[in-house]
Amino acid sequence: MDSRSEIARVAAEAAARQSYGKLVAWLAARTRDVAAAEDALADAFAAALERWPRTGVPERPEAWLLAVARRRRVDAVRRRLTSEAGREHLKLIAEEMEAGMTDEDLPDERLRLMFACAHPAIEPGIRSPLILQTVLGFDAATIASAFLVSPATMGQRLVRAKTRIRETGIPFRVPERTELGERLDAVLEAIYAAFAEGWSDPAGTETRRRNLAGEGIWLGRLVASLMPEEPEALGLLSLMLFAEARRAARRDPAGDYVPLAEQDHTLWDGALVDEAESLLRRAATMGVIGRYQLEAAVQSAHAARRLTGRTDWVAVRELYDALLSVAGSPVVAINRAVAIAEAEGAVTGLAALYVLGDDKRLDEYQPYWAARAGLLARLGQVPQACQAYDRAIGLERDPAVRRFLQGKRAALKN
Amino acid sequence: MRYMILIYADEAAMANAPAEATYQMSAAYGAYTEALKKSGAWLAGDRLRPSQATTSVRVAGGKTNVLDGPYADTKEQLAGFYMIEAEDADAAIVWAARCPAASTGTVELRPIWEMTEYLSER
Repeated sequence: MDSRSEIARVAAEAAARQSYGKLVAWLAARTRDVAAAEDALADAFAAALERWPRTGVPERPEAWLLAVARRRRVDAVRRRLTSEAGREHLKLIAEEMEAGMTDEDLPDERLRLMFACAHPAIEPGIRSPLILQTVLGFDAATIASAFLVSPATMGQRLVRAKTRIRETGIPFRVPERTELGERLDAVLEAIYAAFAEGWSDPAGTETRRRNLAGEGIWLGRLVASLMPEEPEALGLLSLMLFAEARRAARRDPAGDYVPLAEQDHTLWDGALVDEAESLLRRAATMGVIGRYQLEAAVQSAHAARRLTGRTDWVAVRELYDALLSVAGSPVVAINRAVAIAEAEGAVTGLAALYVLGDDKRLDEYQPYWAARAGLLARLGQVPQACQAYDRAIGLERDPAVRRFLQGKRAALKN
Repeated sequence: MRYMILIYADEAAMANAPAEATYQMSAAYGAYTEALKKSGAWLAGDRLRPSQATTSVRVAGGKTNVLDGPYADTKEQLAGFYMIEAEDADAAIVWAARCPAASTGTVELRPIWEMTEYLSER
């Protein structure tokens, strides 16, 4: 397939997901029955994914999907295959179609759907998969691979979560100002989780994963466009764009891992960096700082190397200090220790890392061992560095990063 | 729960791999095994000799058949195994994904059917 038809295919698929998500959100917002809304549209969506890449996106994509859904449903009713709830949705579709709805009339309820999916009553681990399925129409198997869960298990968890939305009466609405902050955090976290799963496959060798990073950005753009006054929504989008801009620089031509500090910054995507910078500046004018803006600011400090040729580690360290106070986590603490090591020396950095040593969660956390190994190596403590490299190597699942760590360990002996 | 991590690999590809890659693979397995042991998940594990060393045995109709070679002749052959202790399937999948074979061949994860469960389920 040449690149132009590949681009057309990707665009057609995106259009199909966009229309599908709008229709699922719109139907589910009325009935609170996400599964039935998906069921009513499943055949039509499959037909769109199959047909649009060949024929082009129809002029009124949502109306096309509704018409096909309706026709397929009639067939299904004849075959007595459809569920009661699916039939209800079909009625809703029919009424709306007869009212002569156009695509422009269809209200965008996807934000409300996302808030329902990331509701406190929904288990945190399933929120991101639920959004990917309902808003973007990804199947359970694709989501399962990205989140390292078996497809059957992921399928069951998604079904359970949808049942819960229906049975506990979770509302499809954007929360009031007073509770918006916390609730929006949950939505942003779910989106970031999707992005992070995609980001962990830097070479983009696994199409499914690479898509998830793109889809995370797409969801981030959606939320930022629907809530342009929310600085954290802008902050998250900025953070994801900064990271995405560096994708090509994360591997050398041989496919080997290149750490951030050694990346060739001419390979960074300048347009994405500029967009990320302007989003971050706009968020900063709103005067409410938060986790995602701070993380984006760290990225911005790294991106500045493009212009200044060096990284301002003191600034990075200060940003991590702030992050630790608003959203402390072992991950933030490790990154802070690395920044301290760069700004003040390996001994101080290692001390900051050792303070964390009691945290049991770190035992199986690769970045902790990799950071520890790197600092020990810098101090010439070869046996301890070797041990820490071994732990990091044994906990890594990306073969390129594993090779990189093995190379570092081998270099210690010389 | 106990799980078996069954490692399937392309033996021909393994045999033809350059020495450097083989050394790197062995070191990766060493580190993986250490990480399993340090976390307390490791119960057992070993490498198996290539499938040409396999003998298949079958007794039928009072006659014992001894055959050279594996039970199923496929491109990817069972090359080794780990038995691990994991909280649940999710935790076991994380360990399976870290196994070096997951990025070169296929890793199969099977829960052990504990005797007590077997008896109560039957």
